[in-house]
Amino acid sequence: MTEHHEEHHTVTYKLNSIIWGLLLVLTAITVAAAQFDFGFLNVVVAMTIATTKAGLVILFFMHLKYEKPLFKIIVFITFLLLAIAIGFTFFDLAYRN
Amino acid sequence: MTVVKDYTGAKLGMWLFLFTEILLFGGLFLLYAAYLHRYPADFHLAGKELNVVLGATNTVVLISSSWLMALSISALQQGRVEQSKKLLLGTLACAGMFLVIKYFEWSAKIHHGIYPDSPELLARPAGEVMFFGLYYLMTGLHGLHVILGGGVITYAYVLILKGRVTPQDFVFLENAGLYWHLVDLVWIYLFPLFYLIA
Amino acid sequence: MASDHSAVSFFETQPGTRGGITSWIFSTDHKRIGIMYLWGIMGFFIVGMLLGFLIRMELIAPGRDIMDQQTYNVMFTLHGVIMIFLVVIPSIPAAFGNIFLPIQIGAEDVSFPRLNNFSWWLYVAGASLALVSLFTGNGPPDTGWTFYVPFSSNVTTTNVDVAVMAVFILGFSSILTGLNFVTTLHRLRAPGMTWTRMPLFCWSLYATGWIQILATPVLGITVLLIFAERMLGVGLFDPAKGGDPILYQHLFWIYSHPAVYIMILPAMGVISDVLPVFARRDIFGYKMIAFSSVMIAFAGSLVWAHHMFTSGMSDTAVLVFSFLTFVVAIPSAIKIFNWVSTLYKGSIYTDPPLWFALAFIFLFSIGGLTGLILGSAGTDIHVHDTYFVVGHFHYVIFGGLGFGLFSAMHYWFPKIFGRMYNMRTAKIACVIIFTGFNILYFPMLIMGLQGMPRRYYDYLPQYTFGHQVSTVGSWILVAGLLLMFWNLLQGSLRGRKCSGNPWGGASLEWQIPSPPPHHNFVTDPVVDRGPYDFRGVERDDCR
Repeated sequence: MTEHHEEHHTVTYKLNSIIWGLLLVLTAITVAAAQFDFGFLNVVVAMTIATTKAGLVILFFMHLKYEKPLFKIIVFITFLLLAIAIGFTFFDLAYRN
Repeated sequence: MTVVKDYTGAKLGMWLFLFTEILLFGGLFLLYAAYLHRYPADFHLAGKELNVVLGATNTVVLISSSWLMALSISALQQGRVEQSKKLLLGTLACAGMFLVIKYFEWSAKIHHGIYPDSPELLARPAGEVMFFGLYYLMTGLHGLHVILGGGVITYAYVLILKGRVTPQDFVFLENAGLYWHLVDLVWIYLFPLFYLIA
Repeated sequence: MASDHSAVSFFETQPGTRGGITSWIFSTDHKRIGIMYLWGIMGFFIVGMLLGFLIRMELIAPGRDIMDQQTYNVMFTLHGVIMIFLVVIPSIPAAFGNIFLPIQIGAEDVSFPRLNNFSWWLYVAGASLALVSLFTGNGPPDTGWTFYVPFSSNVTTTNVDVAVMAVFILGFSSILTGLNFVTTLHRLRAPGMTWTRMPLFCWSLYATGWIQILATPVLGITVLLIFAERMLGVGLFDPAKGGDPILYQHLFWIYSHPAVYIMILPAMGVISDVLPVFARRDIFGYKMIAFSSVMIAFAGSLVWAHHMFTSGMSDTAVLVFSFLTFVVAIPSAIKIFNWVSTLYKGSIYTDPPLWFALAFIFLFSIGGLTGLILGSAGTDIHVHDTYFVVGHFHYVIFGGLGFGLFSAMHYWFPKIFGRMYNMRTAKIACVIIFTGFNILYFPMLIMGLQGMPRRYYDYLPQYTFGHQVSTVGSWILVAGLLLMFWNLLQGSLRGRKCSGNPWGGASLEWQIPSPPPHHNFVTDPVVDRGPYDFRGVERDDCR
């Protein structure tokens, strides 16, 4: 038998669908933006859009917006460590002779 | 005996597991960043060979599957069990469609002689060898996760059928959803990195 | 204190259930899982110890002594793989962490008991696969435990494939243990068990759990990539195809440097628990020790490339990672100073767990200080890949983790078995181990400074004396270890019976019977004091 008294936040169909629409729009934008050449900014633009999409998925589809602060902190730390792992490797790669 | 189920604990455990997945893919993203840095021109050329239409279609398919998954959880939370089940089937259908499209993409490339260690590929510049090597490894690992995620969703569906995942006790479905969204999340990055970098 | 109905110890069959082997191997009881890990770890420790012993025998004189070159390469690879992945990484967390973490925070079990059992099965599967790799294919791997490319991917024909899959599975097992502990510590603390009332052992396991979760997957993908290279020839690390072998080293050390903190942090937690109990006073600087564990976990993930100063990576990276390496020394030093301050003006009981703890502090300090020589880029170029590294590593991991593990074994022994080993023999064993240890590893530091390269089968005659001293040390060390294990085994079978709290510990595990019953607590504990508040706590006698 199970009982629980924790609060559960239900994301409405409407909000879910809005997020879905936004994700589709952002996909269209990133495909469109790829048709133009911004030089080295190409990667920056693509990654910014991707990160915006990822943020929407994490916050709303994965309910992070409604979770306890602990969850937000540890998600942040994880991505921070990933960024460090990739970023610090470039102390080597960017300065190779 | 009454067991008080620790919902937050179960979700915390799932998130921690997702972190391990993020860092598993993280190692490959590190390699991608390193080789993009070293061979920008080759990556540009190689990226052009991938089919943007198929890639974009797959992105739409996967995003839609995530949407259906999120809806399914909302439906179950509101007690609409039948609708929740239908939405889950929709998610699974999207997962299947994604894999089918991926299959055609891969087989087209392999048909053209482009696969790891193929003579055709090795004759090309080093950057393209790296690009396609990473393409196969990363989309392959991602595809494996699509299959695993599909399995987890199927299991959740069975549990709903058996009445073990219910509007009162739905944490398993929620965790299956978390896993599925992670699969989507990885693809959100893979798509621009491989198809749009051109 | 417990009433009678729950007094059946977790070793015995729970009334009303079927006993037998299945009640162990499918058990979800954290204590039984911990015990099974303990047996596995001890078994593999003895295997690893014998391999090390054989390596030292081969090195007693220049030239061939007891084995050929290929066997020697296999020996040091197996010694490394077994000791690192089957003994050291699971050791304290999987064995003592499993048994005592839930009890110390007043919980009935970990958050995910079935996952815990699954994690043990993964350990068994990984260990079996490692054994399979010895007897199949073209013989056991000869790459060293680091599996460096391109040798592991393009050159060697030995059975690297199976070995790396074993490592992958063992890594998964380690992840699940860490995940379980972090969730347990967040969710299952008893009422009143605030974060600052947790024993420091729990804090160290918390920090360790995070490293296991966030670093181990990178090892997973790294060994999968070796597998992919061998199967598919992708060429990601193959310069001939445009790959970069140094990137492999980055990936490998992004895990394997934090991994040394997976090894050492739990041992530090044990020491932080043992010292106050035997000094009979509150730990000095509780918050700083707890905080420094988390600091080590974080700072430890910023320093991986200090293993690669001579690999050909950029000078900028050498500079940055050398600097960061010195930063990580700070939290370790914080712990050492706080431990020493804890002993100051304590009324010290010199029982065996404290002897091992003091040996830990001494040996770990040597390990840490020699680490600074390796972390500073200038001196590292001289001693890189020499016996200095081997000496340093063993001072940190054996002198640190090993002695922490022995301290834990002697500290929690009466709690697990309800009996006491022979204290006098334990102290003699400790002295022999300590002596043998230093005779074995200190000459390595000197030989390293003189330029003796590591992993060499043969050596120039000028190193003969150092190697001979070292080999004699290994005999003493093995003798001491065997004495210690024999003493513990004897104690578990026919030692004097002990009641609940022979050391006078104040944390929760000492307030339940020894051995612990199936259900840890008869009534849910409510905590209203710190883990090192010894007011009114007496030492029970052993009969």
